[in-house]
Amino acid sequence: MNVSLLLIILLVGAFTTYFAGDKLASKVALLFSLVALGLSIALLNAYNAGENVNFFKYWINKPTVVYSLTADGLSLIMLLLTTALTPLIIYSSFGNEYKNAKSFYALILFMTFAMSGTFLASDGLLYYIFWELALIPIYFIALIWGNGDTEERKKAVVKFFIYTLAGSLFMLIAFVYLYQKTGSFLIQDLYKIELTQTEQFWIFWAFFLAYAIKIPVIPFHTWQAKVYQKAPTVGTMLLSGIMLKMGLYSVLRWQIPITPVASRTYLPILIGLGIAGVIYGSIVALRQKDLKKLLAYSSLAHVGLIAAGCYTLNIDGLRGAVLQMLSHGFVVVGLFFAAEIIHRRFDTREIANMGGIRTQAPKFASLFMILVLASVALPTTFNFVGEFTVLYSLYQINVWFAVLGGTTIILGAYYMLKMYQQVMLGETNKKVFADVTLHETIVLVLIIAVIFFFGLYPRPINELINPSLDQILRTVNRIQ
Amino acid sequence: MNTLIAIIGLGILCLLFEIFDARKAIIPIVVIGLLAVLGLDISEYNAAPTYHYNNMIVVSKFSSAFSGLFIILTIFLVSLGNKFYENHSTKISDFIAIKIFLLAGAVAMVSFGNLAMFFLGIEVLSIALYVLASSNRLSIKSNEAGLKYFLMGSFASGIILFGICLIYGAMGSFDIVEISELSRSAELPVWFPIGIVLLFIGMLFKIAAVPFHFWAPDVYEGSPALTTAVMSTLAKVVAIATLYKLVKTMNADISPAFQLIIVIVSIASMTVGNIMALRQINVKRMLAFSGISHAGFMLMTLLSTAKSSGTLLYYTSAYALAGIAAFAVILYVCKTRENEDITNFHGLGKNNPLMAAILTASLLSMAGIPIFGGFFAKLFLFSQTIESEFVVLVVIAVINSIISVGYYFKLILAMYTKEPNEAKIPTPAVYYAVAVIAIVLNIALGIFPSFVLDLL
Repeated sequence: MNVSLLLIILLVGAFTTYFAGDKLASKVALLFSLVALGLSIALLNAYNAGENVNFFKYWINKPTVVYSLTADGLSLIMLLLTTALTPLIIYSSFGNEYKNAKSFYALILFMTFAMSGTFLASDGLLYYIFWELALIPIYFIALIWGNGDTEERKKAVVKFFIYTLAGSLFMLIAFVYLYQKTGSFLIQDLYKIELTQTEQFWIFWAFFLAYAIKIPVIPFHTWQAKVYQKAPTVGTMLLSGIMLKMGLYSVLRWQIPITPVASRTYLPILIGLGIAGVIYGSIVALRQKDLKKLLAYSSLAHVGLIAAGCYTLNIDGLRGAVLQMLSHGFVVVGLFFAAEIIHRRFDTREIANMGGIRTQAPKFASLFMILVLASVALPTTFNFVGEFTVLYSLYQINVWFAVLGGTTIILGAYYMLKMYQQVMLGETNKKVFADVTLHETIVLVLIIAVIFFFGLYPRPINELINPSLDQILRTVNRIQ
Repeated sequence: MNTLIAIIGLGILCLLFEIFDARKAIIPIVVIGLLAVLGLDISEYNAAPTYHYNNMIVVSKFSSAFSGLFIILTIFLVSLGNKFYENHSTKISDFIAIKIFLLAGAVAMVSFGNLAMFFLGIEVLSIALYVLASSNRLSIKSNEAGLKYFLMGSFASGIILFGICLIYGAMGSFDIVEISELSRSAELPVWFPIGIVLLFIGMLFKIAAVPFHFWAPDVYEGSPALTTAVMSTLAKVVAIATLYKLVKTMNADISPAFQLIIVIVSIASMTVGNIMALRQINVKRMLAFSGISHAGFMLMTLLSTAKSSGTLLYYTSAYALAGIAAFAVILYVCKTRENEDITNFHGLGKNNPLMAAILTASLLSMAGIPIFGGFFAKLFLFSQTIESEFVVLVVIAVINSIISVGYYFKLILAMYTKEPNEAKIPTPAVYYAVAVIAIVLNIALGIFPSFVLDLL
């Protein structure tokens, strides 16, 4: 068994979903995503048992491009995140009616396919292809099934597309340049490359453009809030839950090991940008009137901290960043789903139109509360583990980084609880709010279960990712 | 060699069809004939070049590979004619015959071994195009397009001819092998480079590169849509392949000054083409400017002629196949409309999802998004150009790729976000077939790039 099977299943799933017709599409998509989840767990077992799950086949002779998929702990955990969130996301959409559902669900599976490929590819060009392929489905999902005024949505989505494409094309130049140097796109060859200071400088920033736009890191975040707001909730979940992790993962996998000297040189700037994102995101989130936009900015703040963790270049920072990526993925999907639940009943995203829901829907109120608390990194939740580790690593570099980064907890608690108060508490709303249905409960409970389980017992993840992260750090430290 | 003869025979056969009044059968028979010619062409694909008629014609890997591409494109273009000329059924054999002769000119242009043959080829191709441009004789726009193209084109032909004369004056021969051997000697008469430059200018006109591009938008817009398809796919590909062959064979070591000119023309074409395309509302005009910018990209192959012929073949195939698929959709959409404005494409995503998907795919290919042939074309091109150490040129090309997304996506947005303004019109099966086959070939090109890349 090897990892290419998973990609094939997802791709076949996308086509089958399309041909299943509008009525069956969602169920077929769910089925395939569950199969993919099962398969990735099986792959994990095989990997732990020491089996070779990699796939290697020559594809193009000149330039030499290899269809090479490599699974190590880091790739596998990202793969698991992708395949675990996809069924949840698909299942969460069951309460909604979509026009042309077959294309919608087919695009979701296709996007999962591309994202899984991005996490697995170990050939630079193959990785780039998957990276770009993931962009097309989300573009159409946001454009066609999004909400709000068409003209505004169009503007937001096109801006997003051009931004991300522009960033990634610079990454492509960097890869082509590296290819001319080494004659190979394979990651193990690129890890061995010795570049001069200037070359590292250029390549580092070319990569950075691609990743900073995707993550997004300040000042490349301007596309984010609008797209999160305008995209359908499923699209927002895919974007914030999985897609932005592609950028963070790529920093760890490609950027810092290939250009270690530049990464070390710019370490303060990069951590500074990450922390600026934390503070900026939190402050802007405070002033949002639209629930989805508020969550978008809170997400910006969180990923700022993750990015800072990635660039610390020490093991705690890297581990914390990965843990935080996973927990953020689950929590943010849960929060956007909560926003969607409210939208289904009240047909609004304006916080001002909400309030007084708790008395009508106690079950929803408690589930939402747990998600809010997880998002502000309450101890025993998964987020706490990640956030604490990242802050600890920042402290090792400079105490002020940790202090400023720590504002995320304080500010986060402030705006999230304030949001909760305005949305849920207060006098009973005049509009009727039916409590969560069974399938909504299932989604939320599953997410919460994951958050608590790994919050209390993160060891399996640590054990899985530590060897990969050590390997990355060894590569970074090969040139002093 | 036999390919060329067979094509001309097929063209004459087309004219005979009119006499025997077998117009209905013409398109299927021509398509079958062209497939046979394609088989003939493949059988001529050999490692060692063969020379015919005192080196007038040289059949090499290069010429057979490109001829194969031209024949495939012609098959598509002829098949599209089935529906397009529905209302001109009396003249259909003329139109088809002209296209076959155009193909003959194209094949002559890539397999010339003598500048006289080259000029003959270019004239056969151009005259066929002049006729096709004004083939809608009741439309004032088509007449204007034909006349404009003819005036400008004959000017360019004159410049090419003058260049050939100067080269002859300098070298005393039309044979390109002899010229290339002589050009290695130290002492070159000054009119040899002048002749080369004139030839180069004439060819830049034919491929519509800046600053010789002014004819393209008007001619593309005015001509009947199918003729525009011929110009923007077949004619462009032929011209760039010929230019490549001229530069490669006659000018073995390109001087730095000449490289600089190529770089400047390439940058200017990309940038002007893209920026002008952003503002167009007529799809044909937009594709004209997009074609100008693609000409700029293709010119980059001239910077490393020793190795880049495979890249050029790949780029031209990907570009032309995407163009064919796009034009099949445009022909379908604008069949009953007066013009080709973007508004006509509103709501195509709802009315005809398959056609909309195909047009989207072909535009994504032209923009260079992965898995489509266009992406790999750009990748190989950039890789080659970086290898020849023109990193700045590649950076500018990348910035241009980003700009191009702007206008390609304008069309995609129109298809998917606007409401349709007319009821669905039935699609002729042949448009479906051509569009689907062309885009499938384009994607196949993306999945198996080595197949085409290793031909040369």
